[in-house]
Amino acid sequence: MNKQTLFDKVWDAHVVRHINDGPDVLFIDRHFIHEVTSPVAFNGLESRGAAVLFPQRTFATADHNTPTINQHLPVADPLSANQLQALADNTAKHGISFWGLGHAKNGIVHIIGPENGITQPGMTIVCGDSHTSTHGAFGAIAFGIGTSEVEMVLATQCIMQPKAKKMRITVNGKLGKGVLSKDAVLYIISQISASGATGYFLEYAGEVFEDMSMEARMTVCNMSIEMGARGGMIAPDEKTFAYLKGREQAPKGDAWDKAVAYWKTLKTDADAEFDVEYTFDAADIEPQITYGTNPGMGAGISRLIPTAEQTDGGAATYAKSLDYMGFAEKDSMLGKPIDFVFLGSCTNGRIEDFRAFASIVKGRRKADGVTAWLVPGSHVVESQIKEEGLLDVLTEAGFELRQPGCSACLAMNDDKVPAGRYAVSTSNRNFEGRQGPGARTLLASPFVAAAAAVTGVVTDPRQFL
Amino acid sequence: MAYDKFTTLISSAVPMPIENVDTDQIIPARFLKATEREGFGDNLFRDWRYNKDDSPKPDFVLNNPIYHGKILVGGKNFGSGSSREHAAWALYDYGFRCVVSSFFADIFKNNAINVGLLPVTVTAEFLDKIFQAIEKDAETQLEVSLIDQMITILATGDQESFEINGYKKHNLLNGYDDIDYLRAMKEEIGAFAEQSMY
Repeated sequence: MNKQTLFDKVWDAHVVRHINDGPDVLFIDRHFIHEVTSPVAFNGLESRGAAVLFPQRTFATADHNTPTINQHLPVADPLSANQLQALADNTAKHGISFWGLGHAKNGIVHIIGPENGITQPGMTIVCGDSHTSTHGAFGAIAFGIGTSEVEMVLATQCIMQPKAKKMRITVNGKLGKGVLSKDAVLYIISQISASGATGYFLEYAGEVFEDMSMEARMTVCNMSIEMGARGGMIAPDEKTFAYLKGREQAPKGDAWDKAVAYWKTLKTDADAEFDVEYTFDAADIEPQITYGTNPGMGAGISRLIPTAEQTDGGAATYAKSLDYMGFAEKDSMLGKPIDFVFLGSCTNGRIEDFRAFASIVKGRRKADGVTAWLVPGSHVVESQIKEEGLLDVLTEAGFELRQPGCSACLAMNDDKVPAGRYAVSTSNRNFEGRQGPGARTLLASPFVAAAAAVTGVVTDPRQFL
Repeated sequence: MAYDKFTTLISSAVPMPIENVDTDQIIPARFLKATEREGFGDNLFRDWRYNKDDSPKPDFVLNNPIYHGKILVGGKNFGSGSSREHAAWALYDYGFRCVVSSFFADIFKNNAINVGLLPVTVTAEFLDKIFQAIEKDAETQLEVSLIDQMITILATGDQESFEINGYKKHNLLNGYDDIDYLRAMKEEIGAFAEQSMY
């Protein structure tokens, strides 16, 4: 059947029932859960006297609330400890796989899924976390859901959803030296705004995405929610199959061949139409940094902070945002002193991100006065960092490695940026107070974070490359 | 079942010919801290119903014993204001199963359907007829048929049809919430899972 987009093909293949005058009932192939958004859902299940319908399609991890040092000790914060215990009890009771603190496969939910071959093309994947969009990098329909929907998926392995409208974002050309996928997606958000894709499901297309590695694609899809989209997908290709082949939960033998044959059909037909399309040029993308309090308030690192007139949206809100950040219109971002650097999160907590960071700090020293939190996305990433000798590079440069977790991305644990301090962060949100009350977040790529870590100020990483 | 099934309701009605009844009147914000859904009926229209010393205000319709029933008839733009689902819980917990008006605020309307309280939208003219009938006789019986989507003033035979989303109607008829609806599809879902490659 022609004229179908990638999104159409995967969506339509999962509709169990279309309700007249209502939503679609969509079957969910894989359900990821973690300690923060699952306890109330399990309580709801209990009140209904319902069991988890498909425990084998459900995967649990501990990541949001967890400390990133001394994970071998009992968790000190009582509320965190409670949530972690609730997850351990609930998964044991229902026969659900759980990789808790200390487990060799533990890590951030959107990192461990792909790592272990759980995430595959053509799947529908949900989790009670907005960055579930990450898995779209494999050509899966993946999105975040609320706690009531977590209960719904546990009980029925389905979700009720009206089919979203479709948007395609094409970026042509090749990213320049020192420009990473994080910069590409921050650039896109700065162009279409933090609400520009609300109501749409995205597809990313064009040479720039085809050239990206799987990890780079995950960074892009991860940030789909930051432009308001439910999720974002990239069509699977040989890179996707090569990444997956041999991973623990990936199909093997004949099943692998069959799967790949099907996965090769998962791309948008030439004559398919989208509700909205945007096209950008890689030549316009330099290393980015945000200066404001939503992910759309970012610009090329060499640029000046725009004036209110140069931006969409209200002048009063814009002024409030700059005031919170302690910045002014027409300021240069370059040279602004910073206090913290955070490398990690489901956006940039993978081995390629650590390689990028290490390549800049190698042979240099962490700037005095900079506190750096380097948080691998999983124990698997942590092991790779050590095996590749990156830990030595980091240690010599005066950096320490922490243990896996969501950490300073949302500061539910102790990794909080103090009020008024500036943090260059490879995470996904710079909202007021996100990294701690009064904290001032500058979102950036691992290259930009590394450059800031060794100079102590916002720095164009290209001077080191 | 998430709430009582709604098929056909025959009941007298409580008239509230006040327009723009907002959710702060239906359930004041200070009562939103409760962690359970039961008990909200006690605080329905709290500040219109009771004085500060908790004595009932004699002029308020809910304190007038000649009016009673499972149907509340309100002036246009009923339920305006906040998204608090607590407003719908309060009406349901008090004992209402249907609210009739010529216009409902969107969020309230959705919340009401989701908790088993049927919002019936009629024309301004028909709303007037209802108020007049109740004024003549406080015991006026209204028949609300969800199956036929029809509301009838039994004494006069005047009737009007009303709209409701097909899916929501199905759920109300069965006392289902979305999860109940899906759980009833268990076999179909199982069959889908069987044929899936994942």
